Amino acid sequence: MHEIVEKEKLNEEMTSLEVEAPLVAEKIKPGQFIVIRMHEKGERIPLTFYKKDMKKGTVTMIYQKIGKSTCQLDTYEEGDQLQDVVGPMGKPAEIKKYGTVVCIGGGVGTPEVFPVAKALEEAGNEVIIISGFRNKDLVICDSEIEESTCADSFYLCTDDGSCGREGFTSDLLEELIEEGKNIDLVHAVGPPIMMKVIADITERHDIPTKVSLNSIMLDATGMCGSCRVEVGGEMKLACVDGPEFDAHEVNFEEFMQRITMFEKQEEKAMKRWKEEHEGCCE
Amino acid sequence: MNPKRVKVPERSPEERIDDFGEVPLGYSPDQAVEEAKRCLQCKKSPCISGCPVDIDIPKFVNEIAERDFKDALETLKEVNCIPAITGRVCPQEEQCEAVCVMDKAGDPINIGKLERFVADYARENDLEEPPEVEEVKEEKVAIIGSGPSGVTCAAMLAQDGYQVTMFEALHEPGGVLKYGIPEFRLPNEIIDHELEYLEQLGVDMKMNRIVGQNVDLDELEEKFDAIYVATGAGAPRFLGLEGEDLKGVYSANEFLTRINLMKAYKFPEYDTPITHMKKVGVIGAGNVAMDAARSALRMGAESHIVYRRTTEWSPARNEEIEHAKEEGVTFDTLCNPKRFIGDEEGWVKEMEIYECELEEPEEDGRPSPKVLEDTEHKKEFDTVVIAVGQTPNKVFYENAEGVDVKHWGGIIIDEETRMSTREGVFAGGDAVSGAATVILAMGDGRKAALNIMEYLA
Repeated sequence: MHEIVEKEKLNEEMTSLEVEAPLVAEKIKPGQFIVIRMHEKGERIPLTFYKKDMKKGTVTMIYQKIGKSTCQLDTYEEGDQLQDVVGPMGKPAEIKKYGTVVCIGGGVGTPEVFPVAKALEEAGNEVIIISGFRNKDLVICDSEIEESTCADSFYLCTDDGSCGREGFTSDLLEELIEEGKNIDLVHAVGPPIMMKVIADITERHDIPTKVSLNSIMLDATGMCGSCRVEVGGEMKLACVDGPEFDAHEVNFEEFMQRITMFEKQEEKAMKRWKEEHEGCCE
Repeated sequence: MNPKRVKVPERSPEERIDDFGEVPLGYSPDQAVEEAKRCLQCKKSPCISGCPVDIDIPKFVNEIAERDFKDALETLKEVNCIPAITGRVCPQEEQCEAVCVMDKAGDPINIGKLERFVADYARENDLEEPPEVEEVKEEKVAIIGSGPSGVTCAAMLAQDGYQVTMFEALHEPGGVLKYGIPEFRLPNEIIDHELEYLEQLGVDMKMNRIVGQNVDLDELEEKFDAIYVATGAGAPRFLGLEGEDLKGVYSANEFLTRINLMKAYKFPEYDTPITHMKKVGVIGAGNVAMDAARSALRMGAESHIVYRRTTEWSPARNEEIEHAKEEGVTFDTLCNPKRFIGDEEGWVKEMEIYECELEEPEEDGRPSPKVLEDTEHKKEFDTVVIAVGQTPNKVFYENAEGVDVKHWGGIIIDEETRMSTREGVFAGGDAVSGAATVILAMGDGRKAALNIMEYLA
């Protein structure tokens, strides 16, 4: 069992959860993820790793309320216990000196990009962070990025312009490229469509690009093939071969189709949850 | 002497396809005694040599005949710590029962169902006594994987006084017994009960530890005097066919793990979903394929086995094939899939199939199927399960320096010492042999335990 040490509601949709998991904290590296299971009847949920505290033996994850399980997770409070917290899962991001790296986070992808950016900065890279959200109410991690030294420059944008620049992260990336900024690597984490658009842009400009794929996972130990995705013409498993892949090799069409496989079941579970828990997750 | 077996009561097909409850109900004490009395207690006892773990079969059968059920349990537990499990899933018809002398006079003794009876009767009547453990030794052994091979090795070492710690990747112990074999063949509560025995032996069971992922082999080497790798064959095999990435196409591992381990058949009470299915095509005809096809029936679907040979060449147990047929699984034999065809939203809707004919037998005695050109035809399926075998999971061996593997991932061991190419690291079960049976994995676990004892002596 893993106690929730701190819970912080970041906005209407996103919450940060610090849980006791000393073994995970000891081992986890930027780019890896964590699987949690709330209770005996719960599913195994892959979550974004945000940061860790080795002294306290805790890891912090950020989740977005998008389905029944994350809505139920939102009812857990400090002091409550999670049945399982498993990790680190997946391979760590490849951290080395590239030169100039643009780290792009879309929505709940931003907290995943944050530790990667920090590690890249420490490895001697010039790091530029672009972080995008739908609107100002959903902006997270901005003050943390600004306060930390993880980025040499930080650009914030919202779809509706209510905070930072108006537009998508891909627009800002294109501007940088057009200004003649020399970019050695782009690391993008966010909604599939964002990652695909960015991959298309950087492929045109011949900029190496990595994306972190949030495929549907079951066990996340390489056992089931649920997260299979075609990369460079070969079948790869996002859970153990990834989650990070060469963006220009990923078959995004297949990836984006497969992640909708359980939409109907998710809707059904959500409907049932709402009926049983009035006023929750509106 | 009755040449025929005492019949094992079973739930009717109509009743059982509506739930995941067990199919054979097992013998009553009187039925078990009657069946046990058929045993001739022949001197040669070929049945013992037919058993991968050398159970003293005539002895426990005789104890049943004498109604000494508790003694019978002890006889079983001397070499087999999980008789309630092996009594259910062992292919006895190919092992102990295949060599029973009664086979010539009529039916072989139903050794499997007698084994199951003893274990069930003992559990239901509290006949089990806490195991005796030798004085605790200093040596520590790590067991990687809590499936049948790891469990057997752990139990033997713990009984002998070794300090045993088990590392399981998933959140529940049992390995393939839990994620793979459905509850209608092996109820989870039976597995849990049998595994309690390990706890009584003082085995420290650690869940969520994926060696090669969040635990390093080097780390284990520092803390333990010997290591047994029993990581199984847990990675799915795909066919590499067009359309395999369509929605509605599952590996057997995914399909069965969702249903068995995560209880997707109780969705939404349990959170893990499975897609709604009307017509399921399971490719392959082994035990795993039968499990998937019968699970699909229980999910309310029309269920087909799509197999390139004929049923007589199926590697599945006869009992599984019979049960599948009784329940209404359709066998589309001499059929080899060519590709899967999807709709505009990326859902599988059809399987294109070649017809096959059988050629002369291959070396392993099975005839190879030959695809007949220009016989392609399409069949509608909204769900496809690929059950053509499993391979060892690379997460372990790609991160285990010094542990050499074959090209398909099987760990290379010295047949004598059961040690891998890395000093002190032993291996067995499906991680070595590829996907085989529960009892062969247990046999390996037993051999490894004996070799580890010798190594540490």
